[in-house]
Amino acid sequence: MSTQEITPPEYYLRDDEQRQGYDSGVLRDLLAFMRPYQRQFIFSFILMTIGTVSVVAGPFLVKVAIDDGITQNDPVALRNAVLLYLLAILVQWLVTYIRINIMARAGQSIIYDMRDRLFNHIQKLSLGFFSRYSVGRLIARVINDVSSIRDFVTWSVIASARNLFTLVGTLIAMLALNLQLSLYTFTVLPLIMLATYIFRNRIREVYRRVRIGNSWVNSVLAENINGVRVVQAFTREDYNYERFSQEVNQYHLQNNLKSASLISTFFPTVDMIGSLAVALVVWLGGAAVLGADITPGVLVAFVLYIERFFNPIQDLSRRYDQLQVTLTGGERVLELLRTDVEVADDDTAVELPRINGDVHFEDVSFHYSDDPDTVVLQDIELKAERGQTIALVGQTGAGKSTLIKLLSRFHDPTQGRVCIDGFDLRSVTQASLRSQMGIVLQEPFLFSGTVQENIQFGRLDASLQEVEAAAKAVGAHDFISKLRNGYETTVEEGGALLSEGQRQLISFARALLADPRILILDEATSSVDTQTEQLIQKALATLLEGRTSFVIAHRLSTIINADLIVVVDGGEIIERGTHEDLLQKRGAYFQLYSMGFKDRPETD
Amino acid sequence: MRQLVKLRRLVRPYWWHIVGALAALVVVTATQLAIPRIIEDVIDIGLAQGEIRFMIQAAGVILGIGLLRAIFAFVQRYLSEYVSMKVAYDLRNWLFNHIQHLSFTYHDRASTGQLMSRCTEDVGAIQRFLGFGAVELSQALFMAIGAMGLMLTSSPRLALIAIIPILPLVLLTTSFGGRVSKMFYDVDWALGSLSSRLQENAAGAQVVRAFAREPYEVSRFARVNRKLFDARIHVISEWSKVMPTSHLLISLSTILILFFGGRMVLNDEITVGQLVAFNSYLLLLANPVQQLTWLVNAAGEAAAGAQRAFEVLDRPSEIQSAPEAVETEALKGLVEFKDVHFTYEGEQIPALSDINIAAEPNQVVALIGPTGSGKTSLVNLIPRFYDVSSGAVLVDGQDIRSIDVQVLRRQIGIVLQSSLLFSATIRENIALGRPDADEEQILAAARAAEAHEFILNTADGYDTVVGERGVTLSGGQRQRIAIARALLIDPSILILDDSTSSVDMETEHLIQKALDELMRGRTTFVIAQRLSTVRNADQILVMDQGRIIERGQHEALLEKRGLYKEIYDLQLAEQEQFRETIAQLEKN
Ligand SMILES: Nc1ncnc2c1ncn2[C@@H]1O[C@H](COP(=O)(O)OP(=O)(O)O)[C@@H](O)[C@H]1O
Ligand SMILES: Nc1ncnc2c1ncn2[C@@H]1O[C@H](COP(=O)(O)OP(=O)(O)O)[C@@H](O)[C@H]1O
Repeated sequence: MSTQEITPPEYYLRDDEQRQGYDSGVLRDLLAFMRPYQRQFIFSFILMTIGTVSVVAGPFLVKVAIDDGITQNDPVALRNAVLLYLLAILVQWLVTYIRINIMARAGQSIIYDMRDRLFNHIQKLSLGFFSRYSVGRLIARVINDVSSIRDFVTWSVIASARNLFTLVGTLIAMLALNLQLSLYTFTVLPLIMLATYIFRNRIREVYRRVRIGNSWVNSVLAENINGVRVVQAFTREDYNYERFSQEVNQYHLQNNLKSASLISTFFPTVDMIGSLAVALVVWLGGAAVLGADITPGVLVAFVLYIERFFNPIQDLSRRYDQLQVTLTGGERVLELLRTDVEVADDDTAVELPRINGDVHFEDVSFHYSDDPDTVVLQDIELKAERGQTIALVGQTGAGKSTLIKLLSRFHDPTQGRVCIDGFDLRSVTQASLRSQMGIVLQEPFLFSGTVQENIQFGRLDASLQEVEAAAKAVGAHDFISKLRNGYETTVEEGGALLSEGQRQLISFARALLADPRILILDEATSSVDTQTEQLIQKALATLLEGRTSFVIAHRLSTIINADLIVVVDGGEIIERGTHEDLLQKRGAYFQLYSMGFKDRPETD
Repeated sequence: MRQLVKLRRLVRPYWWHIVGALAALVVVTATQLAIPRIIEDVIDIGLAQGEIRFMIQAAGVILGIGLLRAIFAFVQRYLSEYVSMKVAYDLRNWLFNHIQHLSFTYHDRASTGQLMSRCTEDVGAIQRFLGFGAVELSQALFMAIGAMGLMLTSSPRLALIAIIPILPLVLLTTSFGGRVSKMFYDVDWALGSLSSRLQENAAGAQVVRAFAREPYEVSRFARVNRKLFDARIHVISEWSKVMPTSHLLISLSTILILFFGGRMVLNDEITVGQLVAFNSYLLLLANPVQQLTWLVNAAGEAAAGAQRAFEVLDRPSEIQSAPEAVETEALKGLVEFKDVHFTYEGEQIPALSDINIAAEPNQVVALIGPTGSGKTSLVNLIPRFYDVSSGAVLVDGQDIRSIDVQVLRRQIGIVLQSSLLFSATIRENIALGRPDADEEQILAAARAAEAHEFILNTADGYDTVVGERGVTLSGGQRQRIAIARALLIDPSILILDDSTSSVDMETEHLIQKALDELMRGRTTFVIAQRLSTVRNADQILVMDQGRIIERGQHEALLEKRGLYKEIYDLQLAEQEQFRETIAQLEKN
């Protein structure tokens, strides 16, 4: 193993830093998840007690069988003892069977609930969240961290109870048996505490690094699997492999090994201290026996009890470890659950009635929350009337996409307000707003599923005819019918089996199917060929009748007929008007477009 | 369980560590057995003879043995953890490397979530089993053999009676072992689907919100979540039948011994001492047996993990360099397609048919045609992302299948349609294909791609972190970084797949100028919708339904009055209209 220090990128460390020193509230909140299953827990506990009693009864019955049956030469007593023993183990069998089933079911239900809650919550989070929280991290939260909680709720709670049970029982038995020997035994307790203290201090930092290592591995994996095509295109395989194996995975390994060496030291040490206690008892206890203070039986019993005494301590500290893992996992899960919903429905939010189509951006300014210094939109004042088509043009990064994101309320403006039909968007429910809008995004996103399902995403109850009609309107029907299973063809994750233009057409069809009152097209046809685009333009002309639409496009053909063209630059509207107006102005718009045609050899 | 055998290869390098761990384990087990013997002596000899010195001696021995055990326990634990972690490390590396080399065909149909969970959850299950399970399993075995041997030498008849319940126990456990890995496979699969759903939901967050489809997504997630629940409950309900039953059987053994052994004592066939000894042997056995079902469980989980890992690892990458592949350096850039037909795996309709192209070095070949006509498919054959179904693609007269894949791809610069950035600094993203590039080269590439300006305007310039954990760039900005990235590797073949589709006209114009410059001295394949990009090409290929239906230069194609002319007219109309408006305005 190489000794050189590997440090993961700073943001992984930062990620973990934020959670230093967790509060006791975590445990309480985790327990809250268990509350609905209180009855199961109590019942399991009772069953466990019954089970333990029958376990304890076993050795006693053996003693009875030997002392009363065999030694006394009494076959009937032997038989009775054996039958009782049989009964005891049958009881134990039944009790364990039921207990496992109840607990496992409860444990799995808790996990199910937790994932359900998490996913529900994630659905409420705004887009800003997703640009901060990587997919790899989300998966780590919802899958790995929740799994670590599972073992805890299913087994550890009950097992720890049993351990405490045994520990206290043993303690009482020892004290009852002989005070002096008990005190000898307890002299080693400070040693155990010291060992535990040192261990815990050391392991904390190592565990932190193990966690960082885990999330590093996860993120790098996720990214390289997602980006595998680019990786291959740039022949990065060997370089990436080198980095993964020598840094990421190596860091993960190093810290795991460190934790292994700490754990491998700790448990044998506790065991060793146990041996010390036995030695003490044999030495001092032996002396006491010789001094006839106690009987040999008591001495033997004591040696056995020491075993019983240290086992639960070891087990408890192992569980304590696990509890640490669970708590950190739990904390991160809870943290996710508590993430503020930036864009939330107001308590007083109303259903937005059927949209007429008047849109008004009133003096809107905006910056992204993670980058407050960069003002993305500045004093935007824009009005669109029912049935109008508004085209947004401008350089990339000017803020066009951001503007329409505000219209769909993916973000709230930091200043000013956005209104539809006079309703401030913040005063209406998001569902009622978005269900009346159709959005075609720059980068089409398809889900793994059939083509039909992907289009139906726009309106779940749409019939196949309606789906086909939408596909026809955007000129997608032809190619879809030629696919292996037509509309039933599965497109795999991200629509990997389709060409980029085809993906755009499907996501376009999806938006049309939603029968939106306001349609938003963000570079919706950038990868589509000219003819298909023309076809869509024609179709839109009728489809848009009476609906307001916002279009971001670079192609002249798409914007030329817009009722209003708005030129955005550096987050401000610098020009507005119709195509002719703007050309006449000879301003930015003219500049933008004549550029496209100038400098090119004449057509002929 | 057979899957576990496949791990042999991974474990082999650590053979001596394993031997060491097992040896240490034997010592630990022996010291465990020794303590009761000493206590026995303490009682029989020390107390009987009333010697305090013997007591002190015994205490010393116990302490010594305790120390010995602690040391060996450390060695044993550490070594087995070491082996398990190293194996996990190796396996994860192997998976990572293999996944990176698997062909596009594989990745087209693979799900990220499933691949992820193979690299993490499944490797984890294997690690857990190797770390604890394997050792405890051997310990159980040692104990079982030892105890059996002792019983048999003590009283064969009683031993046989004691073994009666052990037989069904063995059967029960092995049959459970046979079934459990299949059940765990279902669990792992469900877990993989769960993370796939999550990953898809997060990636498509904007679409989900845009259509207010959150409830729909929640119900889809709940379905997979439920599947996972059921799969887990299935495992546990099976386990809950086996686990207590194995307890029952081992206790039954005790009862049989007590009953029959008791009668044997009554009949003076054995002594009470023997009976008690038998009982303690069974107790020694009980512990490992208790562990056994748990271990079988862990082994099953590991086997399922191994199966899933090997499903990926056993899958060869279709695209591989021929063994005698030539390592040609510096291609000249003559690209030829000879009678190329190509059908995607699992499809019936060919994506490309009868493709014949000869692109001379330094030529620009433009591809134009309707969506889905096969343009991307065609250019994807050049870097061998897919292999042709028949015919051949040649570079510098050599079939590309005979050239080392890496060498080939290193000479090809590609700008894909959707430009993916990694979470790293802008600098690292540009240097993707040439991690050793120096500052000057990176800046030059960025300037050429018209990216320098906006990069300087970001918070930390070239050190700004982008991607999942960094700032968000707009589509056009990302596209320009992707172009810079392709330029940096100074390729002899350049492929531009609709690389300016999402940038505005002005930027497009700027990039176009940069590209014109950069295409010089390289063979360039460019896919575009805009004729303005295409018209100066040395060859224009008009594609439709996987075939090249027209080819030639701009002028010639216009005369053909085919599809190209149609597209031209459509776009020209736009341009004409623009000119007319301008002219009109000028008149006024
Ligand atoms: N989620 C985001 N977080 C932070 N900054 C962003 C985000 N999305 C876009 N930006 C920044 O906002 C600016 C405007 O982007 P955008 O609206 O996408 O431009 P356009 O659509 O005009 O190309 C850009 O500088 C971009 O880097
Ligand atoms: N990975 C794939 N597997 C199966 N079919 C594919 C795959 N990629 C593309 N196709 C199909 O091949 C055809 C050609 O696609 P493509 O070459 O991407 O077209 P374009 O001309 O738009 O670039 C399309 O019908 C598409 O559905």
